[in-house]
Amino acid sequence: MKYLGIQPQKIKIGVFDFTCCEGCQLQLANKEDSLIDFLSLVEVINFREVSSARGQDYEIALIEGSISRSDEVERLKKIRAKAKVLVALGTCACYGGVNSLKNKYPLDDVVKTVYGGLKVETLPVRRVSEVVKVDLEIPGCPVSKSEVEHIVVSLVTGDQVKFPKYPVCVECKQKLNTCVVDLGQICLGPITRAGCGAVCTTGKTSCLGCRGPAEAPNYGPLFEVLHDNGHTDSAIRERLGFYNAFSEVLKNES
Amino acid sequence: MKVSMNIDVHHLTRVEGHGNIHVKVADGKLVEAKWEVVETPRFFEAILRGKPHELAPFLTSRICGICSIGHTLASLRAIERAMHVEVPPTPQQLRLLAKHGETLASHCLHIFFLAAPDLLNVDSVIPLTQSHPAIVNIALRLKSLGNDMCDLIAGRTTHPVSIVVGGLSKAPEKKQLQAIRQRIQDCLGDIETTAKVFKTLSLPDFVRETEFVSLKADGSYPWIGGDLISTDGVVKPEDEYLAMTNEYTVDFSTSKHAKLSRNSFAVGALARFNNNYAFLYKQAKETADAFGLVPVNHNPYMNNIAQLVESQHVMLESIDIIDELLDSPLTDIRAPYKVVAGEGVGAVEVPRGILYHNYIIDDKGAITKANCIIPTTQNNANIHYDLADLVKQEVKLGRTDGEITKLCEMLVRAYDPCISCSVH
Repeated sequence: MKYLGIQPQKIKIGVFDFTCCEGCQLQLANKEDSLIDFLSLVEVINFREVSSARGQDYEIALIEGSISRSDEVERLKKIRAKAKVLVALGTCACYGGVNSLKNKYPLDDVVKTVYGGLKVETLPVRRVSEVVKVDLEIPGCPVSKSEVEHIVVSLVTGDQVKFPKYPVCVECKQKLNTCVVDLGQICLGPITRAGCGAVCTTGKTSCLGCRGPAEAPNYGPLFEVLHDNGHTDSAIRERLGFYNAFSEVLKNES
Repeated sequence: MKVSMNIDVHHLTRVEGHGNIHVKVADGKLVEAKWEVVETPRFFEAILRGKPHELAPFLTSRICGICSIGHTLASLRAIERAMHVEVPPTPQQLRLLAKHGETLASHCLHIFFLAAPDLLNVDSVIPLTQSHPAIVNIALRLKSLGNDMCDLIAGRTTHPVSIVVGGLSKAPEKKQLQAIRQRIQDCLGDIETTAKVFKTLSLPDFVRETEFVSLKADGSYPWIGGDLISTDGVVKPEDEYLAMTNEYTVDFSTSKHAKLSRNSFAVGALARFNNNYAFLYKQAKETADAFGLVPVNHNPYMNNIAQLVESQHVMLESIDIIDELLDSPLTDIRAPYKVVAGEGVGAVEVPRGILYHNYIIDDKGAITKANCIIPTTQNNANIHYDLADLVKQEVKLGRTDGEITKLCEMLVRAYDPCISCSVH
């Protein structure tokens, strides 16, 4: 892709995965209609799932997954040392994600439940920012491909990266959806940061808060409505804890 | 004959997840050939304990970024069988359509993005956008068709939103189904073009006789639920999946191994093909025939071709499913149900093979015990023993270290392993 007849220098990208399902990096290969254009803007020099090339001079490192083993800690620190910009890609990287549910149990109990007598190393699940400095967080389970493309283009062109401050509830209302809270569900859309296009509530299931809190979330009134609808504290807490993205409010409540 | 060599592939590329290949040959004899999975475990079976059953499909879809619809469907089948929920026919058909979308997208991701670069001697699909733009366009068109089928039915491809206990939370509109039907019809020629291109490329010649396990056909090529079958003649009901898998741990892998009548068995597209060839669409059989692929085929590299054959089959079946749906009112998409205590098993053929979820649910609707057995887990031992035989064969033929390394990498890739999934 040329701009004013000049081929701009491509920015070098590395994609790395840790404790996760690799669904976020798969999003980079989805959205097929813009994939070729996107690839013309960046030079993918390290992306194990897609390519055998293993370059080390990446400028942007996209990190998928949470951190839950000592070798992951070491690998992440090495990547941090090489990358100019380190991006936490997806809810596991930003908050720990569903993997964090493990932290409620003693480690030897989860190992025994799954592996019986085999010794398997595991650490309490941590988000990437608990291990190294993170320059930018892109939440989502999975991330929205169009949002990632938009952000990477912003990084390449030096534009400011902006996220919505308002909640998913706003995007959901814009789509004229029937409110799933009115349908009797526990929905975290009113307190969760927008940017997903309200994909879950548009599919008539409740938001589980994968993108974390919106700016100044209005927790009290939501919990009041949910209580009035007959939902128990434990059911609400179950959903707030699903991605470990609302740990602050859970701490305050307990 | 080669005297000695070491192959040490750390974090194999173009597969999902982290696995290593170690091979050692000394004095012309194989000392060790090891398929070592080093993926970090996430302990899903432990964290499912105590969870409300209705969250289990959303939680377990996160086991895998590629086959999340398959996990959702296996989870739902386990729950629905435990609680005796009768899913109405319309959502059953729509769920199968979403699954077909996932199979198409996943098979195409593997055939074109992960496997084809080896056959064309490049690192990845990226240089192929310049050297083979027509084939890359086909890849993108087929993969996006599969993804759009999933988006339409499930609300989202990776981590579906609208497949829920009892059926679906939302039905697509008929005009959307008509539009996707047209796109499927328009893409059927892409499969034929792909078959022509692949026939000009040669897959490695390697055979190790093994046992193939899949769902057993009951009138049609099977995808969701039913009896289990193996090419060694074992047939068991779905509920006896443990006797079909016999999982065990090995100290060099965070993913377990499995066995049945022999020291290993295989699941996936080739296993389904080998067990259920008779139930494929005629055109899909013709594609297989053109490659000389006939059951029972024991060349693991032919799994790539079996995936192409299945891609064609699911496209043809999707057209028939949509035609039936267009003749129905698309109402009655979710059955109401009562929470009761019980145990259920759900077996689903996901892109990489047969997947099992098994839950015990208490009278409050919470899961008290969970077990998930992943296709790649079932393939690990087969990959492991294949590697040994492959290296022995190629050493005898006097191949170079580089050639043998590439064949080993291609062998593991042929199984399309989903490693993080297998280390759930």
